[in-house]
Parts: sequence; structure tokens; C-alpha cells
Amino acid sequence: MSKVIDINVHHVTRVEGHGNIAVKASDGTIEKVEWQVPEAPRFFEAMVRGRSFEDIQSIVSRICGICSVSHSLAAIKAIEDAMNVQVSEQSDKVRLLMHYSEQMQSHILHVGYLVAPDLLGQKSVVPLVASHPDVVKNIIALHRIANQWTEDIAGRITHPITIKPGGFSKFPSENKLRELKAELEGAVPRLKSLAEVVLSLADKLPGFIRETEYISLVDSVGPYAFYHGNIGSTDFKDVIPVQKFEDVVNEYVSSQSTAKWAKWHRESYAVGALARFNLNYDKLLPLAKSVADSFGLKPGIFNPYLNNVAQVIECVQVVEHSLQLIDELLTSGIKPEKLNVEPREGNGVGCVEAPRGILFHRYELDKKGNCVKANMVIPTNQNHANIQKDFESLVPQIIDRDPKEIELLLEMLVRSYDPCISCSTHYLDVKFV
Amino acid sequence: MSKPKVAIFDFACCEGCQLQIVNMEEEILDLISIVEPVEWREAMSEKGEYDIAIIEGSITRMEDEERIKEIRNNAKILIALGACAVIGGVNKIKNNFDLDDVKKCVYGESANMPHLDTYMTKAVGEVVKVDFVVPGCPINIKEFAYIIRCLALGKTPEIPTHSVCVECKLKENVCRFEYNEICLGPITRAGCGAVCPTGESWCYGCRGFVDNPNVNAAKDIMEQYGKTIEDLKERMLLFNSKQEPTNV
Repeated sequence: MSKVIDINVHHVTRVEGHGNIAVKASDGTIEKVEWQVPEAPRFFEAMVRGRSFEDIQSIVSRICGICSVSHSLAAIKAIEDAMNVQVSEQSDKVRLLMHYSEQMQSHILHVGYLVAPDLLGQKSVVPLVASHPDVVKNIIALHRIANQWTEDIAGRITHPITIKPGGFSKFPSENKLRELKAELEGAVPRLKSLAEVVLSLADKLPGFIRETEYISLVDSVGPYAFYHGNIGSTDFKDVIPVQKFEDVVNEYVSSQSTAKWAKWHRESYAVGALARFNLNYDKLLPLAKSVADSFGLKPGIFNPYLNNVAQVIECVQVVEHSLQLIDELLTSGIKPEKLNVEPREGNGVGCVEAPRGILFHRYELDKKGNCVKANMVIPTNQNHANIQKDFESLVPQIIDRDPKEIELLLEMLVRSYDPCISCSTHYLDVKFV
Repeated sequence: MSKPKVAIFDFACCEGCQLQIVNMEEEILDLISIVEPVEWREAMSEKGEYDIAIIEGSITRMEDEERIKEIRNNAKILIALGACAVIGGVNKIKNNFDLDDVKKCVYGESANMPHLDTYMTKAVGEVVKVDFVVPGCPINIKEFAYIIRCLALGKTPEIPTHSVCVECKLKENVCRFEYNEICLGPITRAGCGAVCPTGESWCYGCRGFVDNPNVNAAKDIMEQYGKTIEDLKERMLLFNSKQEPTNV
């Protein structure tokens, strides 16, 4: 009897947004391996046209509930670039603090709520409450710390209120910063405990390896790059200024997807925590580096499943650096700032690392500061082709296994990228000159 | 009494409202003691039959219209969750443009590929009957928990019918109009705790308008601060663009 494998996962669960997996094979011959993205497109680039520079952040924040801070920061930076607005050192530091809070919020959500059930053999976090109460309690405590952290600085957990072109409408008080510092100090032992749990389960992560190109921000003069820097690649020694991001992403339309795909030096590339780890390893602070060492992780990792480990390391990194930033802010004292931004014509780029990878926004503004054109290139878009190439490499290696196991390994692969699919379905074909 | 079975479904949106449910942390466990989650794609792999369907997101495609009708048929109670579901939210900004132009702007040459099809944005209530709404972008999680508790107890939940200004005054905030800003607080449904003015920014009206907005009072405020109704309408576009789709 011939063995027929027909896997159709409609709407992969425990990911943000809608993605499908389709695999067809008979007698070990693979006929179809597809990662499909059917998410309903929402047309943000079209919708921001005509809107004021004051309103753009509040619109594009809604591209994604999980990375609303990153979209907000990318938009604000692009607007400031277009209108030639400089921000104070204080605003810059507070923005970085806000950005870090989202990295932790998103990574803990992903590793703790969405991936941990796979590693602990459960369907969701709900049964984990009974089977692994201490693990779940620790994850909840960390997630709460991260949420409170964003709320303290952004005005609420999702869709920041206080960030504005030129700086902030409201800064956190020094008292708030002191409270936050105490919370983050309390997060350190909890993160170590989470890292130990992940380490004890690390052998459950498949040993799949496929060499690919990794792309992320790099900053020769700054910290492990999330907010400032240029575009770096594991395939390319030099760096590219973020203003030239279109040369890197090379988007194209695939019939499998409502979201565009991207490629640079190879047929696909990857972005996200593992990309940042591979390109920023030397900038890890001591504690984060010690966690990386405990996993034996060094740059040059080509196993996509290890993205989850890189996320844990990054949580330690952002907390460690935030404690330094808070000390600096408290030493200099929080000073009131007046927002004074005059609209002007221009074209600007904003680039930050969203939790799941490098994110680009470009806006062209008219002299009133209204948007004429917009372009956003989102991390998950940049990963879609790489997920497809991983599928094509992985499926032949596991095709003899039970279809349920194949399905789980493919779902875990998709989840390891932490795809944020509702973000990824917006882009524009307009050429900026 | 057996616990009502609850399923959460998402359509076109950022999924930030589901995220607020995740952010309840331990309080989710309290809710699970009175309702049983049976389907929630973002957080769970389990699937099953349900009594209460919670709908996040707007309806933007014919295939989604079929899906929401099927969900409505299966559910005893249907709740619209968040601005995208309740009023269309930012997704409705699209309705201010010609649809072909919108598609071409985003997909260029590929705009006519069948899998990229879309139509004008509709709130859930424009397609099927909605029993209860949880307004806001994002939702206020306390309001959500209150509504679910009411339904589990067989009570009818009630959400505020007064404007954001009332909550803003209770917070002792300085009025945003004093800062020369256009704030939609006077006509927007309260329930958010005036979170944006408290963050020293104007209200965008994400919770939709109060049932009986005092339009004359709003006009007076606009006049008092030298603003026009056109200014107000510009700001209203963000969350309260055309409430009827223009071409389906």
C-alpha cells in the first residue's frame, strides 16, 4: 500500500495572524510543500495618505497589537527624519526604554505562552497551569513586569499614547523610574529561572540546520542594536544606511501569499532575535552573555528553532541595559520638554528592530506635514521566503515520520520565527527617487 | 449550570484586543472558572463547539462575510470586540478612497491577483446581528471582564453612555483644547478612563460616539477655541470614517 501524506494546517494556531501549511507526498516523493499567508490585507500605506504627521503614529501603531511600540517608533523616527527634527538625549533614552519594554513583552509572550506548550507537550498554556504551575507563574510575573513597564512609559500597554514627533507628550516621573528599576531588578532572577527551564528543554528543539543570510541593525558605536544603527548582514562585510533599505529588501509578490516576500544575497533571508544575536553578539552585556554561554550559543547559528533561545538571551540584555539607562536618567533628573515641531516638506526613513526583526517605515510629507506616500516593510514579510526555504529543506529530512509529527515540527518551525502575520500584509510598490 | 463555552475569532485587525485578554494574566484563570474557552487560535490549538462567540476585527472580504455568518449561526451570543469589530476602526479609513486606487497603491502591478481581493470595510454589526459590544482601541480589559462576568451570570451588561470628558474631569486633567488641540472627548463614549488625555494627548474617539452626543455643546467648544467642524471631522476620520461602506 502506498503511503500518502496530505497535511493541511488551516490557520496555524499560537501565532499572531493567519498562516497555512500544506504538504503533499506519496511514497516518499514530495509533491507540494507550502507556507501560505491568506491574511486579510488592510492597506495601511494607502490609508495614511493625506493624514497629518501628528496622526500617522496613531494609525500605523494599529498595524500590529504585539509590536505597536516598534511601529510607533519607526513612524516617529521617519517623520523626524523627513522634517529634520532632532530629539533630546533624554527623549532618546526614554524611547529606548519604551522599545526595550516591548522586546521583553513580546519575547516572554512568545516563548512563554506560544512556544512553551510545544516543549512541554501540551496544546496551549491552559493545561500548563495544572501541569507546570511554577513555570507558568514565573512567565506570568515576567509578562506583567514587561506590560507595566510599557504602560509606565507609553501611557498604556498597547498602542502608545505619549510618543510624539519631537519627543514625548509626557515623561515618566522620577518616582515611576525608581519603581520600574526595582521591578526590573526583580525580573533578573526570574529571567535566570526561565532560562534554566528553556535550557532543560533545549533538547526538545529540533537539530535542523540550514545556512541562510541573517539581517539586522548593527551599531558600531552603540549598544546591541535595537533602535539606532545601520543594516548589517551575515553575508556582507559592510553596512548599508537605513535610508537605502529598498536595496536590501527587494520585495516581490508570491502567489502563495497576500504578503510580499523579500530576498537580498540569496533566495531568502531571515530577521529577528537570532539575526540580531548572530550580528550583535559582541555587544551583549555580561549577564546576557553568561546566559548565552549557558546554552553554548556563539554567533553563526543556522538552526531557526534556536530563535526562541535568542529571545530569552535578549530579554536579559534589555533588562540589563535598561537598569543602566534608568540610572543615567535618574542621575541627570527628568527635565520637562516642550514639543515644538514645525511641519515641513520631506522624505524620511525610520528603522528599528521590532521583536521579530528589522522594520522599515518611509514617509513622504508635503509642506503642511501631510503624508503623500508611505512604505512599510515588516519583519515577517522578510521571513516568509525563508520559512518556505526551511520547509523545502526540512520536509525531505522528516518525510518518513508520522504525519502528525511532521505537522508538529512544521508548526513549531513557523512559531519559532514568531510570525506577526497581520503586520506583514502591507507594502507598497512605489519607487522613491 | 454548565459553564458557557466561549470561542474567540479574529478578522482584519492588529489582534491587540486579544492581546489585552492575554494581558489579564491570572485574572484569565478567574474567568476560566466561570466560562470555558473552547477555541482561540492566537493562544490555543484546541477547537470545539461554543455558546458565546467573541469577534475581533473588521469584515473586509466576501469569504470573511461567509465565515462570520456561519459563526453567528453557531453562537447563542455574539460579542464584537474592539474598535475594528464595533465601528470598523482604522480599517474604515480605507473607505474614504476609491477601492481600486487603494489596491493599486499597495500591490501595484499585482493588484488584480485574485488572492489579494478586498472590499470596503464593514463593522461586524453591518453583516450580522451583534448582541454586545466591547468598544475601544484597544479594549479596556476591566470592561471586557465585566461583560463576560455578566453574561456568565445571565445578566445584561451595560457600558457607559456618557462622554470621555466626564472621566477626564475625574482624573483632574487639564482640557486638551487649552493646549490648542482638537480632542474628541466631548462626543466619545467613556469607559477608557480618559487614558489618552491622561497621557497628555487628545482623544481620537476610538470607542465610538455616545448614543446622544450633545452636538451643540461640541460646536460651542469648537467655536470657543477657534476650531472648525472641518478640523473635528479630520480627526474623526481615524476611528470613525464613513459608517456605511461606499461601494461593495
